[in-house]
This record gives sequence, structure tokens and C-alpha cells, in this order.
Amino acid sequence: MKYLSEYRDPELVEEFIKEIHRITTKPWTLMEICGGQTHSLVKNGILEMLPDKITMVHGPGCPVCVTSVSVIDEAIFLAEQPNTILCSFGDMLRVPGSSKSLLEAKASGADIRILYSPLEAVQLAVQNPGKQVIFFAVGFETTAPANALSVVHAAQLKLNNYSILASHVLVPPAMEAILSDDENKIDAFLAAGHVCTIMGIEEYHPVASKYHCPIVVTGFEPVDLLQGILMAVQQLENGEYKVENQYSRSVQREGNVLAQNTIHKVFAISDRIWRGIGNIPQSGYEVNEEYKNFNARNKFNIDIPFAEENKECISGDIMKGLKKPKQCPNFGSKCKPEHPLGAPMVSSEGACAAYYHYADADSMLTI
Amino acid sequence: MCLAIPGKLIAITAMLDDTFRTGKVSFGGIQKEVNLCMVPNAQIGDYLLVHVGVAIGKVDEEEAVKVFSYLKNMGEVEELHIPEINK
Ligand code: SF4
Repeated sequence: MKYLSEYRDPELVEEFIKEIHRITTKPWTLMEICGGQTHSLVKNGILEMLPDKITMVHGPGCPVCVTSVSVIDEAIFLAEQPNTILCSFGDMLRVPGSSKSLLEAKASGADIRILYSPLEAVQLAVQNPGKQVIFFAVGFETTAPANALSVVHAAQLKLNNYSILASHVLVPPAMEAILSDDENKIDAFLAAGHVCTIMGIEEYHPVASKYHCPIVVTGFEPVDLLQGILMAVQQLENGEYKVENQYSRSVQREGNVLAQNTIHKVFAISDRIWRGIGNIPQSGYEVNEEYKNFNARNKFNIDIPFAEENKECISGDIMKGLKKPKQCPNFGSKCKPEHPLGAPMVSSEGACAAYYHYADADSMLTI
Repeated sequence: MCLAIPGKLIAITAMLDDTFRTGKVSFGGIQKEVNLCMVPNAQIGDYLLVHVGVAIGKVDEEEAVKVFSYLKNMGEVEELHIPEINK
């Protein structure tokens, strides 16, 4: 466990921990949505500071973890076409597809570039008029404005060699899918701060009231997470189920309207298959009709069979809060960061990798 | 890769029209070209929350400095080390 003095605002951290212990009378299960929050909870030893009655489970908020095997296969298929440059965020390269990863495709000669921003992919398209440049547009609501903006920008430049392979996912429908599962154990959610910087907090009210589930929009630093947990437990102990905003320093009620406008200009809401979880209706963004010439699925004949998920990986149960990483029989044996069997072992924001790197052995085995 | 990283706007580099502006943002010394069209009132010297090359909001200086050093400690700013493509 860390010393309190190592935290930003150590007095506040101490105060929140004491208060959480003081008010908790019943067992509660809380889920944080965002992988950055998972990483922070595990790496900073926060799970060990909480009362035994409080169980934190780790949600599906990591695009590396939820992008389906079939979509990885689509990206690899496109990357292997002649005269094509496939661009991606770096984290996606090591995620296993049905037969290989993008990294393995790159090693066998496919032109795959790791970029910091989708807007750079548009630059690459300008510089390489003889090649098709495709951006692998994964991410949650936070990333959607940048990916959409790349399409708007390419359209302004009248490029006919730029497109995106969209695999966007949305938080509120995922929450609903988890809450409506027969085995659901979640009593309250910590919603993801930066997602709400874009989208605002209004769309969480229907979820909170339909499922009687408190939702607290929370940042990702220890002091934020502890305050978010405290606010959620307070509601649970009082029998309330409101949407609250712990992270008001970055999140306005209405979000960033300009960013939302850009998203709605380019994307339409669509069904989406989540790796490990399956299809969630109306839970993603796809490029809309108006910009269909910038949709790689529309532009290229992607001819691959639908890929089955690897049954050995129980990531779906983990992301639904039904199991913890160490309950996976492959954790740390057949599945390690160097040779991941499933996606949550790949990026440090995946729950399995976070536990592998940081968690203190057996204290978190029970659920 | 889902978190926005705070940085300081140090220059406006292009202004194609009223809405399409780009600027240089410094993240603890690492500079990146950033699109500013979602923060139309951002001025040089402001601290911005930036996600994959697009500014999505403003933050105050104290918050920006603390959040950046936290993210750096957590190893969550690796993406900034990816070299920019040649313009
Ligand atoms: S340890 Fe590996 S195989 Fe098991 S759930 Fe995590 S990623 Fe999947």
C-alpha cells in the first residue's frame, strides 16, 4: 500500500477514506466505467483502502478491450490490401484478431502506421495521393469528435483517398446492457469524466431513474475516485439514485456542444458488437449516409468471415462486473501482457493488465 | 488512450476560417499541433484539455499542471512521444 503522503491532497484522501468507512453499513458493488480509472484504482492501491463491504468491479471503458475480433480482422484485411496505408492508435496493434494482430500483419509487410491523431492521417492522405489511407477509428465518446473531424477535414480537402474504419462505442447503452443482465450485481456507477466533458451529463438521468442506480461522473485521480465512491455510497445508503457530478472542474452539464455537433455531422448511431459482451443495440457510431464515401466499409469490399470470440477469455464476465481478472484460469499463465490471450491483458487500462502489473496478490480475489 | 491530456497553448499556427484554427500546444515541453475548432475562444497562454490532437475544453493552470504530472507518473502520456508525421 502507498503512503498517504504520496498522493495529491493527502489530507483529502484520508478524509474521504474515513468518511467512506464511517457511512458504509451494507455491502455495495460499484463499477467504474473508464479504463483510466481502473488503472488508477489498481495502481494507487485504492481498492485496499476501501471497506470490505465495498466491491469495485471494472467496466468496459477501454476501446482496446471492447473492439470486436471481427473488426480487428477487418483492419488487418484492409492493411494487407495493395497501395494501402492503415493508421491506428498505438494501443490497438497488439490486440489479437482471429488469427493475428495488426503488429504481426505489420511485421509481415503491411503498411501500418501508429499515429498520435486521426488528423495526421488526413495529412498522410494529402502526401500520398496514389495510396488509400484508412484510419482505424476506435474509441468512446471522447475520441469521436477527433475521428469525425478528420472526415470533415478530408471532405473539405476533397480527398478521395481517405476513409475511416469506425468502431465507436457509447457509454450509456453499455451501462444499460450491464444493468439489465439477469446476473447484474452493480449497485452504482462511476461514469467517465472525459466522456462527459464531451457529452455532458444529461443522458445519464434516464439510466439512473430506470434502474434506480446512482451515477456519479468522476475524474481519474485517487482523490477524485475516492470522492466519487463516497458520493455514490452516500446515495446508496440513503436509498437515492441521482446523477451527480464529482468532476465539475472538467465537466459542464451540457458538455462541449461544438464537439457534439461535429460527431452528429459525421456519425449515425448504430448497433455495435462489443468484444466479450456481444451485440448491444444502438451502442456505437457508424459513418452516416452523407459521408459514406469516407466509410472504409462502404468503399472497400471487406470480404472476411465473421470471427468467433476466443472462448478461453472471460473478458465479457469481467467487464460486466461478474468476475475479477484473477478468477480467469488463464490469468498470468496462458495469458500475460507479452502474449495476451484476450484484449484486457493488452493495454495498461485493461483490467487484466492492471491487475497483472500492480495488484497485490490475493486481496482482490473475492467478489 | 481515452484520457484528455492538459497542455498550454503557445501559438496559433493556422487559421483557415473563423472556425478552423490550429495551434501549438506544449505538454510539459513536448509540442504538438492541435486543432482548436471545439474551443473557439481559446487564447495563447490558455491551458487546454487535448485528446488525440483535438482540444475539447479549457482548464485552469493549477489544475492543468497537477493533472499533467499525475498522468505522467501513471505512464498515461506515452501517446505524446509518437513523433508527428512530416507536414
Ligand atoms: S486474463 Fe486474459 S484470457 Fe483471462 S479474461 Fe483477462 S484477457 Fe481474457
